[in-house]
Amino acid sequence: MKKFAILLAATTLAASAFAGNITVKGSDTLVILAQKWAEVYMGQHTDVKIQVSGGGTGTGFAALQSQTTDLCDASRKAKGAEIAGCLKAFAARPTEYKVALDGLSVYVNPENPLKELTVAQVGDIFTGKIKNWKEVGGADAPITVYSRENSSGTYEFFKANVLMGKDFAASAQTMPGTAAIVQAVVKDKNGIGYGGAAYGGSSKLLSIKKTDTSPAIAPNEETVVNGTYPIWRHLFVYVDPAKDKGEIAAYLTWIRSDEGQKYVKDIGYYPLPKNLRSN
Amino acid sequence: MGIHRGHKARPGEWLAEKFIFLVSLSAILMVLLIFLFVAREALPVFLGQTNTALVQKPIPPVEMDKHSPAELQAYLELTPDQYAKMNKATLRSLMDVKVEAQDDVPEDFRNDPDAKINTTEWKYLVDSHKWSGYDKPEYIWQPVGQIKKFNIIPLFVGTLKITLIGLLFAVPLAVGAAIYVSQLARPRVREIVKPAIELLSGIPSVVVGVFALLVMATVLQSIFHYQTRLNAFVAGIALGFAVIPVIFSIAEDALTSVPRAYTQGALALGASRWQTAWQIVLPAALPGVFAAAVLGFGRAIGETMIVLMVCSASVMSWSIFDSARSITTTIAAEMAEAVNGGPHYRILFMLGALLFAATFVSNMIGDFVIHRFKLKLEGKR
Repeated sequence: MKKFAILLAATTLAASAFAGNITVKGSDTLVILAQKWAEVYMGQHTDVKIQVSGGGTGTGFAALQSQTTDLCDASRKAKGAEIAGCLKAFAARPTEYKVALDGLSVYVNPENPLKELTVAQVGDIFTGKIKNWKEVGGADAPITVYSRENSSGTYEFFKANVLMGKDFAASAQTMPGTAAIVQAVVKDKNGIGYGGAAYGGSSKLLSIKKTDTSPAIAPNEETVVNGTYPIWRHLFVYVDPAKDKGEIAAYLTWIRSDEGQKYVKDIGYYPLPKNLRSN
Repeated sequence: MGIHRGHKARPGEWLAEKFIFLVSLSAILMVLLIFLFVAREALPVFLGQTNTALVQKPIPPVEMDKHSPAELQAYLELTPDQYAKMNKATLRSLMDVKVEAQDDVPEDFRNDPDAKINTTEWKYLVDSHKWSGYDKPEYIWQPVGQIKKFNIIPLFVGTLKITLIGLLFAVPLAVGAAIYVSQLARPRVREIVKPAIELLSGIPSVVVGVFALLVMATVLQSIFHYQTRLNAFVAGIALGFAVIPVIFSIAEDALTSVPRAYTQGALALGASRWQTAWQIVLPAALPGVFAAAVLGFGRAIGETMIVLMVCSASVMSWSIFDSARSITTTIAAEMAEAVNGGPHYRILFMLGALLFAATFVSNMIGDFVIHRFKLKLEGKR
């Protein structure tokens, strides 16, 4: 076991010693975007090699701690235990970079007459407090709730910011991905789900009201970037500050430049507002 | 034991024999190592060393010097090695992180009685509890969030529910098909049907899962008119498709290996082909058929992908038309995001260890029963 670990560490060291080799690991939410960035960047800088893999934010942080990856993609902020792990591994907090914005939309079946909900109503639907569409002004039919796996950063974000930390209804169907949620909602006329706006497909995206009295806002680039759409989050990249120089620093700067941010929209997320691009 | 055929083994044979022995030994070693690994990762849960209480009193970093190194080391969850290597600034940052984690707790949760509970204690793992915000004691699996609820009962119920539906669907069909193919079918029909059923095992379970998710769920809902489209029933039927080829091929082998003399004797005495198959061949092959069912159970309880695709809400309910979540699904879906070495990670490993134990015991029982059957059939008891 130990020998194997040493061997692994040795090969990783050898790999990172090779000039211009960057490994990226982490969030599945970010993996497509990270691959796109890597592809474009490698096209422009032929001496740099970037390897991107997913596996989940937790996996990314574990790899960051064991120093088997240079960059960790994260769809949520680092947790206390993970920062502590980094401190134990390389005696420093990982540096956090915001790399994109993501607006979360609420999907319903296209036949559903409902157009808008408040954040609180959405929360009550997902906790199971509201069980019938007529309670929020829809048809008299039971609501089927579709949610993500609890390993998803999206799940965690939704639970903390829309359900306000309360539990999802036990009957909420857990789907393996956003695409599966959309698929299910499109097939189920009483279904409701959530996920990135870009994945919406043929489902209907509800407009969301922050409070009872505020206007209903539809999720799109403008409303997410200027912060009027109430359900949005940052996506992050974490790095060991000791490694944040040379090629890696150049790559991180490029990602957050106008050039790098151009590709964010192709993948379905939203570019960072200008004031957040340098930090 | 060696090869004893009245002559000394040639060097080549000797080598081959030892090599095969080594391979089988390494297989046993591998199983043992995997089990040890799983058990080691799960050990803190069994020993009650994990603590998930949301509100804990952190030691303020300024009071760092008031505590002995041993206390600090335990508080910061460091090994003696790690502690020795730390400089003061890093230790201080570690303590800061602990304080920050407490500061991050939302106001609503500070005074919640649940926030003081260590949810990884056994009574919360296996017994229902009246959490705040719920009207009655409930079994809840919600391992992510402010108050982490790790009750494993819904997962066990879900696993059993789906597995049993799968077996109830698969065993009669597979055994029936095996009887037909081995006893009743004409050779030409057998040559088509047998490979066709065995081909079913070549379909990747992801594909079966997608098919169930997109097609079967809709069809079954339109037939049975239940409310939840994706439920344990759909998952069980889809699982049945994955299990049928396993049960079929073993049962068919067992039925075919019944001595021809039995069949010929029965037919000669005037029994019809159906009577021969049902009353002579099937009882004689029963241990093999039972073994097929037990192996099918092992395959079904360990199947991940199909259940993961079709249904995975951790509802505490025995109704087959409610959703369910199996243990394998839980491990597969949640391991990637669990904080390494954290309580959630440990509990997932504990589930793995329990699943391992469950399959081990079921195989032991299967083996034992088969042995008893065999002795009985051979008239030795």
